[in-house]
Amino acid sequence: MATINVDGQQYEVKEGQNLLHAVLSQQLNLPYFCWHPAMGSVGACRQCAIIQYADEDDERGRLGMACMTDVVDGMRISIAAPQAADFRESVIEWLMENHPHDCPVCEEGGECHLQDMTVMTGHSVRKYRGTKRTWENQNLGPFIGHEMNRCITCFRCVRYYRDYAGGTDLSAFGSRSRMYFGRSEDGPLESEFSGNLVEVCPTGVFTDKPFATHYTRKWDLQSAPSVCPGCAVGCNVFPSERYGVLKRVQNRYHGEVNGYFLCDRGRFGSHFINSDQRIRHAGIRAEDGVFEASGASNAIAEAVKLVTMDAVGIGSPRASFEANFALKKLVGEERFCTGLGDNEAMLIELALSIQREGGARTPSLTDVEAADAILILGEDVLNTAPRIALAVRQAVRAEAFTMAQEAGIPGWQDAGVRGHAQQALSPLFIASVATTRIDDVASATWGGAPQDIARVGAAIAHGIDPTYAAADVELSAAGIDFMHQVIAALGSAKRPLIVSGTGTGDPDVLRAAANVAWALKAKGSDPALLLSPLEANSYGVALLGGGLSMSDALDAMTGGSAAIVMENDLYRRGDAQRVSAACSESKMLVLDILENETAEHATVLLPASTYAECTGTYVNYETRAQRFYQVFEPDDEIRPAWRWISDIADALDSSGAGWANINVLIEECAKATHAALATISPPSDYRVEGGTRIPRQPHRYSGRTAMRAQISVHEPKATVDDETPFNYSMEGQNLGTQDGAAVPFVWSPGWNSNQSVFKFQQEVGGALLGGDPGALLVAPAPDSGDASRATKFQEVPDAFVATEAFLVVPVHAIFGSDELSNASWPIVERMPAPFALLNVADAKRLGVQAGAGISGPGLGASFEVLIDDRIPAGMVGVVHGLPGIRAIAAGRIDLSVDPDFIRRPGGHPDVIARG
Amino acid sequence: MSLMDTKPLLGRVEEVGGLVDLNAYEAGQGYEAARKALTSMSPEEIVSLVKDSNLRGRGGAGFPTGLKWSFVPQGDAAGEGAKYLVCNADEMEPGTFKDRFLLENNPHVLIEGMIIGAYAIQAEKAYIFLRGEYHQPYQRLVEALADATARGFLGGGIFGTDFNLDLRIHSSAGRYICGEETALLNALEGKRAQPRTKPPFPPASGAWGRPTIVNNVETFCNVPGIVRNGVEWYQGLGLTEDAGTKIYGISGRVNRPGLWELPIGTPIRELVERHAGGMREGFELKGILPGGASTDFLVEEHFDLAMDYGTIQAAGSRMGTGTMILMDNSVCPVDMSRNLQHFFAQESCGFCTPCREGLPWVEALLLDIEEGRGQEGDLEVLDRNAQFIGAPGNTFCLHATGAIEPLQSALKYFREDFEEHIRTGKCPYHRRHL
Repeated sequence: MATINVDGQQYEVKEGQNLLHAVLSQQLNLPYFCWHPAMGSVGACRQCAIIQYADEDDERGRLGMACMTDVVDGMRISIAAPQAADFRESVIEWLMENHPHDCPVCEEGGECHLQDMTVMTGHSVRKYRGTKRTWENQNLGPFIGHEMNRCITCFRCVRYYRDYAGGTDLSAFGSRSRMYFGRSEDGPLESEFSGNLVEVCPTGVFTDKPFATHYTRKWDLQSAPSVCPGCAVGCNVFPSERYGVLKRVQNRYHGEVNGYFLCDRGRFGSHFINSDQRIRHAGIRAEDGVFEASGASNAIAEAVKLVTMDAVGIGSPRASFEANFALKKLVGEERFCTGLGDNEAMLIELALSIQREGGARTPSLTDVEAADAILILGEDVLNTAPRIALAVRQAVRAEAFTMAQEAGIPGWQDAGVRGHAQQALSPLFIASVATTRIDDVASATWGGAPQDIARVGAAIAHGIDPTYAAADVELSAAGIDFMHQVIAALGSAKRPLIVSGTGTGDPDVLRAAANVAWALKAKGSDPALLLSPLEANSYGVALLGGGLSMSDALDAMTGGSAAIVMENDLYRRGDAQRVSAACSESKMLVLDILENETAEHATVLLPASTYAECTGTYVNYETRAQRFYQVFEPDDEIRPAWRWISDIADALDSSGAGWANINVLIEECAKATHAALATISPPSDYRVEGGTRIPRQPHRYSGRTAMRAQISVHEPKATVDDETPFNYSMEGQNLGTQDGAAVPFVWSPGWNSNQSVFKFQQEVGGALLGGDPGALLVAPAPDSGDASRATKFQEVPDAFVATEAFLVVPVHAIFGSDELSNASWPIVERMPAPFALLNVADAKRLGVQAGAGISGPGLGASFEVLIDDRIPAGMVGVVHGLPGIRAIAAGRIDLSVDPDFIRRPGGHPDVIARG
Repeated sequence: MSLMDTKPLLGRVEEVGGLVDLNAYEAGQGYEAARKALTSMSPEEIVSLVKDSNLRGRGGAGFPTGLKWSFVPQGDAAGEGAKYLVCNADEMEPGTFKDRFLLENNPHVLIEGMIIGAYAIQAEKAYIFLRGEYHQPYQRLVEALADATARGFLGGGIFGTDFNLDLRIHSSAGRYICGEETALLNALEGKRAQPRTKPPFPPASGAWGRPTIVNNVETFCNVPGIVRNGVEWYQGLGLTEDAGTKIYGISGRVNRPGLWELPIGTPIRELVERHAGGMREGFELKGILPGGASTDFLVEEHFDLAMDYGTIQAAGSRMGTGTMILMDNSVCPVDMSRNLQHFFAQESCGFCTPCREGLPWVEALLLDIEEGRGQEGDLEVLDRNAQFIGAPGNTFCLHATGAIEPLQSALKYFREDFEEHIRTGKCPYHRRHL
């Protein structure tokens, strides 16, 4: 620690930081633009000027930039000194020469860092008499709006997009006072993390385009702390609503999970909430087969009939832990199915058992970023759990930071570190079925069938620790070379990381990943093992467990059992013919959010809330249980799934089998399953300082009478929320000192933009003041790390042999493979046509080229051929989960050319299609 | 004493009329210094020789060359990978044309100096970063490099030693800022020509993150003479405490504009009166920019000063490149300032705010004043901008500091002119605005 004197006050700060980081960590106000907590300093904007004094007697001092100044014990500085304050005001005055002052029509207005800094420095009267420069804007695709006239040339966008996120198609053009930040030509930004530009840009150059189509000021948005439903990472988000419409999703800082950034699936994937595919009314299918809105009570009465017919209950990995628990309780353990497909369920059970064994840490994303050597085995994380890929991009910079440290360059000095280390990267090895979009930072890549990936993994584990079976694994020369490189790199790493997941559908890949991690542990390093499933609550529902597999449940339905299907399109889970048979033989109660093929067969259909319309828990890839809170009250008859189940339970048994509110359900759920579920977020009677509740609406929330004036000019009483500590109003306090799980938005006096998040942190980039939320449900076994452990996976699969028939392997698309976000309109615009990856030789053998159509038994439709440089001969990578694409069974099929295939007009370039 | 001994850079050029031909260069002891250095001296000996000689960087900053070289890590301390020697031949300072003359007329003395420098820091890769518009120097260098390579002075095993040097020309894509050594290195690497944060300084981490020395053309050209004739001779060349010769240049309304290699420390008045032949008839000398556009004006009271680093600095300016721009009594100081600020605003790399946004404002204000649209308070705005843009440390690099030097001194020495423009609403000098 160092003691520094700022304007006469002593502060204890950490050494090794820059001064800006240090004073902001003390919650002091010092304007800045180009510095970013996750990206360090470059000294471009010159906004954070302070006066630094040589010693106690120095009265003049020297003006310097806080962001470029090392913290030194005993240093004395001034933020308030007139020289510094005048200079900071001048910087704003310069920036304002060309800024259009279009705040009233700017999407950033009201949450603009430039506005905040302008007010903070005190600049008000314009002396510059010249004309303003103007620019032509670009169409950057469906996600990001572009308004270059507002640019203040802080360089944050290109530093984020290129240096941090690895994008290549956004650049700084021009020079002097005519700098332009954009693409070389119009077109969608290719990075899967482009949406963060909206939050990184300190003003309104890069804005949230879908948000702009139904725009609302930040202060008029109602928000609550939430968790992204898009994948198993569980990024913390702020979904925001007005007029009953989900307006946008922004990053909610979590020190261990997502930090400052989201992926584009998460940010732009929630517009399914406003989709016209929403199921909005309860309905019953009459005898004549016609489906009619029935009103809630009739539907519940009808549902009760089904439940009494010994219904099976099928839960869902995209429904909350609580909703699954409620359904399981309603139908009983032995009649409950988690809703996972048979293979996925098996994979997840395996992954969980590996995590339970312990032996290797399960890493948070912060831990991922701290890894010094990484092996990715099989999983295309960029497309299955995208935020992990962004963390991997940071991890490979460990080598650069080491080099910089040796050269005496502080790690926060971003340009210095990059200039010194150049392209130096820490080891990252990727063994995958097909090319990935993080190959550019890999030390080496290797392609193979899932079973061969498992074999190379087994060989690596064996190479690290010969007690792991290699079973005479024969590898190609390239495979042997890859194996040796990986063994050398992982073996000499202090914090190696193995990443895998359920994406390839092959359990041997998971086993091999576990073996590698355990072998490293036995050798004395501190390995981490990340095994990611595919959906937001995959682990949650698997931990809950059920007595029926998906096959069991489908068989029961085919045998005539009634079924309650909750938030699950069974056609995505099992063989289409079996699902069809089950759906047509069974009387089904379907509770869901969007219309889908399963819902079409429902006897009773109940509209379920989205994650933004109810409170619940998702369990992420770390088994971190995280609570999401209801943001707004849904319209029409939409209610949380658990609430419908509770009402059905009450109707069945008037003695109060249901749950009065989510608190009661959470408590029961915690008692029956994991005690942590009751403590991961504060209960409804939680109060902040001064005994108040927490507002969902900022204190400037406006137009409350006007909002529904066409109905009545009287402002209705805000709904009393007895389920959460939040108000559906502006009443209460959001000081940031409350429980970290209960921050509904970030705002602080003088800091209207998202930059205010530092006022909610213990230190810049650290944990939230009230602690980072969530708790791990699976704790490693007490003997974890025991090198003599009995569990080693000693069966090595046979090598893949290419035949005439193609092995079908699932591949994933960030935009399209997720069931809910693929109904979000901005995502739909970026979604690829259904595609199939082929090796160039195989394509030749079939007589097709990229863009042709192929089909085969079990595929259900024709897929557009894309040629992949890595996919081995004899395999076809078929995209998983696109709308209209049913579950595709693994196995070998014959492919045939579809001569009538018409390539989707305006199809995206391959890179975007795959992205 | 031959001209070679008093004018080691250009003396033989004067005698022979150009030393493009390798044979002609060799005839005057060409490459003897390099041979001596590589075959009989250790790298450390050369570094201390250059240090002792008191050779200071001729690009403008005047940093002691030997000291700079001594910062380069040697042996194991240098770590794995190449070291680089770079010649800054991106001569873009307005009014400066000394490097061009050297390159066009004596390219081999540069190559020889670079061979010695590369050996001294043990760099086996070297670049000449050449101003893009220098087409003839480019041609001359290409030929000179080919000749030197053919003779075994470059390439592998030079002079039978195990020292190798791969010397290449990089023709710049332009930008004044490439004269700033770290922006030059970024440009050399194919990146935006933006200066880098310092530290790290290039001798520790330069081109591609490796130890790198960047020196000006004229600096390298001084090295062979020092190696050949020794420290004492070199220090004896200077008239004041600085050592060696300096190529001085003069542009403006004098009778014989041009450049001359003279003992460093030659007084300004001697340069103007004797070497440039005095002012043209009808014109009076009013002020000079002593070392290119980015130096403070000097006026009558300074004209007897010696042109060396210390003396000019003490007078509130910088010797810079030593190539002076003269302002006579027919030139409007406001218009000249505007012209200079136009250049600097245009050449800002755009990275930091005060330079990028401040200089265009200054330029616009000067244009307003020059064209009769000046307003009360404009000089205060200029003063405030000059103060905030110009103070070293307020901007990322020294581009803006240099840009403000002629303006702040013009506001000091010629303030009456600025005030008159605003008061009368016109320029008293410029016919075109009357």
